[in-house]
Amino acid sequence: MHWTEYLVPLGQGAWVTVQLTFWSTIFGAILSFAAGIGKLSGFAAIRWLSVSYIEIFRGTSLLVQLFWLYFALPIVGEMAGIDLRFSPVIVGILALSLNIGAYGAEVVRGSIQAVTRAQYEAARALNFTPRQTLFRIALPQAIPEMMPPFDNLAIQNLKDTALVSLITLGDLAFRAEQLRNFTQDSTTIFSLVLIMYFGMALVLTAMMRVLARMVGRWRQTGR
Amino acid sequence: MLFGIEWDTSDNLTFAISILPILMRGLWVTLQAAVLGFFVAMVLGLVLAALKAVPARIVSWPTRVIAEFLRDTPLLIQLFFLYYVLPEFGLILPAFLTGALALGLQYSAYLSEVYRAGIEAVPRGQHEAARALDLTPRDTFIRIILPQAIPRIIPAMGNYLVAITKDVPILSVVTVLELLGVARIIGDRTFNYLVPLTMVGGIYLILTLLASYGVRRLDRSLPKTGIPLK
Repeated sequence: MHWTEYLVPLGQGAWVTVQLTFWSTIFGAILSFAAGIGKLSGFAAIRWLSVSYIEIFRGTSLLVQLFWLYFALPIVGEMAGIDLRFSPVIVGILALSLNIGAYGAEVVRGSIQAVTRAQYEAARALNFTPRQTLFRIALPQAIPEMMPPFDNLAIQNLKDTALVSLITLGDLAFRAEQLRNFTQDSTTIFSLVLIMYFGMALVLTAMMRVLARMVGRWRQTGR
Repeated sequence: MLFGIEWDTSDNLTFAISILPILMRGLWVTLQAAVLGFFVAMVLGLVLAALKAVPARIVSWPTRVIAEFLRDTPLLIQLFFLYYVLPEFGLILPAFLTGALALGLQYSAYLSEVYRAGIEAVPRGQHEAARALDLTPRDTFIRIILPQAIPRIIPAMGNYLVAITKDVPILSVVTVLELLGVARIIGDRTFNYLVPLTMVGGIYLILTLLASYGVRRLDRSLPKTGIPLK
């Protein structure tokens, strides 16, 4: 097989990787804000729930989480009498989102706490409700500060998608391993795959830069 | 049976107790891989950081690209690359060493940034004062910059040591019998994945909570004004 023939199956795998990265970054971002804001909540129950989620998913390894959701969760479902067997795609996106969301939550919490005290005091003096303070004062200033760490996390997420190949999902890493089994041409295949991942990471970084510039405007105007 | 230790599947609790010694064997391998990989990363990271700081563009620029490449590509693929490609060039390493090397390569890129950030965090005034006192560049670096950079570098390195430990399970893919690999074998043979995998999660949680507590204590105890290198 000529190396150009590898490009079709690898391209198919890369498309799966792109989709996985996209969905798990979106869901991960939602979880980040939910848990990051939840950790600062006035309600002890919400705070406690957020802290447990963050500690469990930051404290254990992604591959362990992936295998747990894929192999152990169905057994838990069986004991509870509900069907918790999901397809590899669902488990993959679930594990990636939950994992990256826990890391993102700490970024969200840190950025909200980094907004200067005076801003909160001013909001209070102007009789803003806590909700108004969060959405109109804290977040517009905190979100631009979150963008550089979010860029790193998005790249982390892209790299992490390679692990879902281990639960038989046909992403780029999976196709590479399949091709290697078939052709034994390891050097060419894995060099190509490394370059493809690197290219995707560069594109992702460029996209995050655009996003950072967009939300960066909030900081100047303060809305 | 694994490593000559039998398990008892009569109920979940006795099963858990009976496989704990087996998992501990796996944990020992995990810790060894993490420490060895981290050592490789420390040395390679220092080389990368030094080459990135070379004024000649012809050296610093390619180094930057290499570091970026190592950081932006998945550990799993780097591992496969080393595992399958090195033997084609006649370099046959045991899976454990290949794994530690892959961990070291990936994390060297992160650690090179840690070194750079630690050194750049030393205020400019310190450089200027050293110059005013007529210290040689070598003396400035060793006696002024490094002692102040090290207390900043050590806690960040501690965090990466925790991170590398969490990446060790990936080595199970190339047959390294670390914690997760051992747990999967137990699951495959007993058809009970719930107990071993949950235990692995629990062990990791305890390990990382203890380690991050340790890093925080270390961070507080280090003098921010600098450690005298004598």
